[in-house]
Amino acid sequence: MTSFLQDKQLTIALCGEIDHHSAKTTMQEVGGKIDLYLPLVCVLDFRDVSFMDSSGIAIVIHTVRRMRELDGKVRLENIPPQPLKVLKAAGIEKITQIQERSPVTK
Amino acid sequence: MKYENQIQLSFPSKSVNEGFARSAIACFAAQMDPTMDELGDIKTAVSEAVTNCIVHAYPNEIGDITVRARILPDNILDIVIKDRGRGILDVEMARKPMYTTGGMERSGMGFTIMESFMSELKVNSQTGKGTTVHMKRKIVRRGDRS
Repeated sequence: MTSFLQDKQLTIALCGEIDHHSAKTTMQEVGGKIDLYLPLVCVLDFRDVSFMDSSGIAIVIHTVRRMRELDGKVRLENIPPQPLKVLKAAGIEKITQIQERSPVTK
Repeated sequence: MKYENQIQLSFPSKSVNEGFARSAIACFAAQMDPTMDELGDIKTAVSEAVTNCIVHAYPNEIGDITVRARILPDNILDIVIKDRGRGILDVEMARKPMYTTGGMERSGMGFTIMESFMSELKVNSQTGKGTTVHMKRKIVRRGDRS
């Protein structure tokens, strides 16, 4: 899992298929990085997520909770259409800022 | 019931099979000429149902999961996901958003997503005998798309 830290903003790039099978590891890795860097803003970048089911919602909720404990914020960026639909079905935009992937110009 | 085509899969309730199950059903549905959006909805709903079997039907053991997909007249995809696990005590409660008996890595949104992504969802469960999830999704034919 790639991540980078700049001015107390931690960006974590999620990738591949997020389901129950992969969720626990992803959650632990995201949590581990937050605990290590103690950022003010945590950005989850969905650019390379090819599939996501409700397990991804649990990851986002868990991250939002952890960041609230640190008085920080979470932002979800570059969300492709399929994960976006799942996140919206759960009303995730009510608890955090979300931004869909901008259309690719060919 | 009359159907145009059918497949049936059976696999043990190992989480690694979630990806296989949703991809196999998506491959089968491809012959109905769905949009990317429709395919995404089907994959998501199958993933939720299969995950429920793995997490809730067989919490401490590995059991059998059967998935049957059929193409019904009028371009309707009909999916039945069946387990012989411990069953759901209160189906009405289980279908409520944010309700879960799973751990912190579960969101309680599984049934809500299946309901909103498919045209029809039926859940039959018997404690100690297992659960059957029956869902349908109409695939809009290319000429009828707006």
